[in-house]
Amino acid sequence: MDSTGTLWLPPGHSTFASDVDFLFYVIAYLSLAFFVIVTVGSLYLAFRYRNKGKRELTSGIAHNVPLEVTWTLIPTILVFVIFVWGFKDYLKMHVSPKNAIEVKVSGQKWFWSFEYPGGVTEVNTLTVPVGKPVSLLMSSQDVIHSFFVPAFRTKMDVLPNRYTRLWFEATAEGEYDIYCTEYCGKGHSEMLGKVLVLKEQDYNNWLSEAAAASSSLSLEEYGEQLYRTKACITCHSVDGTANQGPTWKGIFGKTEKLADGSNVTIDENYIRESILNPMAKITAGYQPIMPTFQGILNDRDIDALIAYIKTLE
Amino acid sequence: MIAIPEKNFLNEPRGLKSWLVTYDHKRIGLMYFFGIMFFFMLGGIFAMLLRLELFNPGKDFIEADTYNQFFTLHGAIMIFLFIIPSIPAALGNIILPLQLGAKDVAFPKLNLASWYLYVIGAMFFIASLVAGAADTGWTFYTPYSIQTSTAVIMTGTGVFILGFSSIFTGLNFIVTIHKLRAPGLTWFKLPLFVWGLYATAIIQVLATPVIGITLVLLILERVAGIGIFDPALGGDPVLFQHFFWFYSHPAVYIMILPGMGIISELISVHATRKIFGYKPIAYSSLGIALISFLVWGHHMFTSGQSVFAAMVFSFLTFFVGIPSGIKVFNWVATLYKGSIRFTTPMLYALSFLILFSIGGFTGIVLGTLSIDVHLHDTYFVVAHFHYVMMGGTVIALLGGIHHWWPKIWGRMYNETIAKITCGIIFVGFNITFFNQFIIGAKGMPRRYYDYSEAFHFNHAFSSIGAWLLGLGFVIMAIYLVHSIFKGKPAGDNPWGGLSLEWETTSPPDPHNFHSIPVVEHGPYDYDKIIPKSAYQDELEKAKATA
Ligand code: HEC
Ligand code: HEM
Ligand SMILES: [Cu+2]
Repeated sequence: MDSTGTLWLPPGHSTFASDVDFLFYVIAYLSLAFFVIVTVGSLYLAFRYRNKGKRELTSGIAHNVPLEVTWTLIPTILVFVIFVWGFKDYLKMHVSPKNAIEVKVSGQKWFWSFEYPGGVTEVNTLTVPVGKPVSLLMSSQDVIHSFFVPAFRTKMDVLPNRYTRLWFEATAEGEYDIYCTEYCGKGHSEMLGKVLVLKEQDYNNWLSEAAAASSSLSLEEYGEQLYRTKACITCHSVDGTANQGPTWKGIFGKTEKLADGSNVTIDENYIRESILNPMAKITAGYQPIMPTFQGILNDRDIDALIAYIKTLE
Repeated sequence: MIAIPEKNFLNEPRGLKSWLVTYDHKRIGLMYFFGIMFFFMLGGIFAMLLRLELFNPGKDFIEADTYNQFFTLHGAIMIFLFIIPSIPAALGNIILPLQLGAKDVAFPKLNLASWYLYVIGAMFFIASLVAGAADTGWTFYTPYSIQTSTAVIMTGTGVFILGFSSIFTGLNFIVTIHKLRAPGLTWFKLPLFVWGLYATAIIQVLATPVIGITLVLLILERVAGIGIFDPALGGDPVLFQHFFWFYSHPAVYIMILPGMGIISELISVHATRKIFGYKPIAYSSLGIALISFLVWGHHMFTSGQSVFAAMVFSFLTFFVGIPSGIKVFNWVATLYKGSIRFTTPMLYALSFLILFSIGGFTGIVLGTLSIDVHLHDTYFVVAHFHYVMMGGTVIALLGGIHHWWPKIWGRMYNETIAKITCGIIFVGFNITFFNQFIIGAKGMPRRYYDYSEAFHFNHAFSSIGAWLLGLGFVIMAIYLVHSIFKGKPAGDNPWGGLSLEWETTSPPDPHNFHSIPVVEHGPYDYDKIIPKSAYQDELEKAKATA
């Protein structure tokens, strides 16, 4: 939330925002009008006809057909108009243009990953060009999440057993918040991200550089980059301190105790399994909270991570 | 001086055991009353702890996991142990047979059984507190509720049992209203509170089984992996949402309809004025009850349901709003040419009109498809449902408590303190919740343990309001308890009401009436009759001498 925007709504930076905001204020002002009628009406009547100390017979008027028809008909017509209007705008949100750039979104406890055309991936940052429709094909690796960008006035649940789609077209460059809005456990309020909206030229440059970078870096360098961009860094340190997960410093080749009492030697296969199927073997002293990276990291990524871990003597 | 009848249902027969095996609807109602008040307090304590944690972003005093358990406990207790049984099972139980001129409800033993089920269900909740309380939110959404290691099964079993308690009450009320009306008490001479309870009872009986089945399926999924909701086993987690809201949307009308019934009573009696539009109010309750079964999908506009389904659900949602609007207009019109007394119940009724309207209008905003996409699962929704449930139902409940308190106990509370407290609650409530509409619309998601610095001021502001609100309830507890022992005797008909409960003594006889009452006038015939009221006589005399 920044200080621009209107009294009630945050700044709007997608093609939907103006429609949604306009309708919001139409309903808000209509509601305000009715609210004033009800509140001022009841307070006025209550004071005007307050009891003056004596008990007496009061009015028996219990019907007034014209009045009753009016207060039924006017709200009915108004809500019908609002219904059709809201539905029309909703339809627009559901029909994504044919030429949209497709980005695959994966929600997982408790981060977002994005895969762009050409295979470039990013975690917690969605980079898009301004003025171009972008269509997100979303699914979840675990529980239900929901992808919400207030500045774009759009949101869609991210489900574990099917794809959902959400599209938008950003209208201004900048950085906008992504929130998870379907409760997903301990880290729900940490499941945040950013949409980075760039000029189309910058976006194209970024995309081709990112694609080149991931193939030109040495395997170890690429692994280090993944360590940071794929959020391993949030749980694993490389300097020996224990965070939510064990440190990576000097673990390669070591023998380690597991939660079930057995021992393993940390080798390539163990690391691979730890990444793809983290629940299989739990390190003693840690909670089984590591998410799987199945479908997010490909073989080359895993090789790179292993190579990087080997360098951490 | 007004006297209190020597023998009444409170002291005849005596002893704890006589209460625990009683079939008297008034005693069962009172036992429910103490139950719901206890859980309102417990749920309220969790609310205060949540607001304390939310005072600053980041950690104040509890971890995220604990916070998640607390908001689940707060929500689940408030819904299943407080608000659903509140008006029907507590106040309704006491007042309904009195308003019908009946000796008791149709099935007194079933009534007692439903109270015991309530207690057993409540024990599961209490036990879950030590067994690692569920952290799923009161909605138990799958697959999270299948995977979490917290005590979902225990809480789910509690809700299942509470469901039966609710069904029993509903069934009992339907039969009672059909069969036990006093001679002359035709359907359209029934007080509107009865109509509200009747519409509620229909929903309780028809909708509650669905939540029961849903929770059994969830428990089976957890223990046996039957593969209905778990995507890993080929199940569909969204199916759970459909099942859940198929009950829980009608359930919000279980919460509000009896409250609306109370408001009709309060406005008419304390404005000493025939209710405007009796039939539209009565029929709109039934209309709301029926349509309420067809709008559940408005909780799922962003769940990936089809555009067609969303369209139908949005359409019907708007049309369930119309009958509520009609009721509000009728209540306002009832004030016209009445003789309004600004008693405590009347102040609650006026608060209700204001707060419930805000809840209703923001419901229209949320029912609008394109806007709900933005607002869904933000604090806008949190504010909306607190305005409806607390600003609506709880305020109506408090109004009802103050209205029937002298009937139940035979004594009056201190009206001056009560009116000030009503003001504290009104102000505290608005401070707490109004600005949540704004932060919600600005994008603050709900069920968030942590939040960005930009929302700090508003969250702190809400927390302060919550403490003011809490203070209001503490004062209320004190003066109400005090009045039970020290209150001025109120007499049979302190407010000058015309429905049957005011014709018996306060507190009523164990058998309610000494002879079967015969109904000669409608419940709101203030244009024909000036009701006798010893309490009002005294007030007027005191005023005249002053
Ligand atoms: C949410 C926190 C979290 C994130 C994010 C996370 N891990 Fe882990 N990781 C853990 C925990 C906790 C353990 C120890 C428990 C276990 O074995 O599952 C662990 C264990 C491991 C192990 C085994 C280490 C050992 O000493 O046995 C490896 C290898 C590993 N993680 C790799 C990764 C990689 C690669 C990433 C990023 C792509 C990553 N983790 C991201 C929490 C996390
Ligand atoms: C005493 C005043 C109250 C305060 C300060 C309060 C505060 C809160 C807070 C902070 C939340 C968490 C919001 C979120 O993060 O999503 C919440 C949720 C909720 N409250 Fe209240 N509340 C109060 C009264 C009530 C009452 C009277 C009811 C119902 C009768 C109620 C029903 C709920 C429900 C159902 C939830 C949702 C829980 C969930 O998300 O699972 N609250 N409340
Ligand atoms: Cu999430």
